[in-house]
Amino acid sequence: MAATPALDSLAVGDEVASVRHLVTRDSLVRYAGASGDFNPIHYRDDIAEFVGLPGVLAHGMLTMGIASQVVVDWVGDPARVVDYQVRFTRPVVVDRNDGATLDVVAKVAVIEADAGRARIDIVASVDGKTVLGKAQAWVSLI
Amino acid sequence: MSRAVPAGRSSGEGRASSVRRMKRVPVNPAIQGRSYPPVDAYLVGREKVREFARAVFATNPIHFEVEAARAAGHADVVAPTTFPVVVQEATLAQLLGDADAGIDFGRVVHGDQRFEYSRPVVAGDELTAHLTVTSVKSLGGNSMVTASTVIDDAAGEHVVTATSTLVVRGED
Repeated sequence: MAATPALDSLAVGDEVASVRHLVTRDSLVRYAGASGDFNPIHYRDDIAEFVGLPGVLAHGMLTMGIASQVVVDWVGDPARVVDYQVRFTRPVVVDRNDGATLDVVAKVAVIEADAGRARIDIVASVDGKTVLGKAQAWVSLI
Repeated sequence: MSRAVPAGRSSGEGRASSVRRMKRVPVNPAIQGRSYPPVDAYLVGREKVREFARAVFATNPIHFEVEAARAAGHADVVAPTTFPVVVQEATLAQLLGDADAGIDFGRVVHGDQRFEYSRPVVAGDELTAHLTVTSVKSLGGNSMVTASTVIDDAAGEHVVTATSTLVVRGED
């Protein structure tokens, strides 16, 4: 387990971590079961097509969940992530064979030394296009 | 982008075709400020935490190993940051199932999501949740409905607030 980063060791703009994840149809089925979101647009090509989507999509909440892991791993304890928000700006199409490759980069955006916390901004992208907007995680480093 | 879908709805073509047939009514602006009664208490299970953690690609041992969680000062394994969506779900189903709200859930797209914590969710927590519609706006022919679900523990102490903005698409 990673040691908790010291707040005074951070500078705005620091990249704290980056990682690449492969999201497959298996991932979507697993998330459907874990979350209880069984909307078939997340696993059936025919229904995705019927409702006019470009393909089977990852659950937005799955993308949100995966994108936070880089911050959790960096900060060492998931309980230190005290506030996390995203906008869902672009659907993640998950190809039945190749899946989707999600790149996640996290950088220090704001440091509040008195409050003992920092805001980490996350860029999540597929094929170079961002899929989340305003993805921000406040971490407590007291 | 994912659709907010109430648990227990029928799935498949039946839903998609009923969506097409459904009469489109605008979102009722009067739901701003409306609260719904708390949903049944949700008992956070250790295996559910592990299952959800695996599903969001989590690897931190505090999600999986009781010893690691206790060593970090937690009573039991800690749920992933986005786990409260599981608890929030039943409250969103209340909103989407409220005919008076006029939210055609076949036209709903999840716009944004936030979790604001007072303390982490751990296995063994018995959580209650109630939703309040905090905002209804019209924007470019769409409606934006923001709903906050306050999640408290068995002692009535605040644990986390899960807030969703649902974009209800207008006419194509």
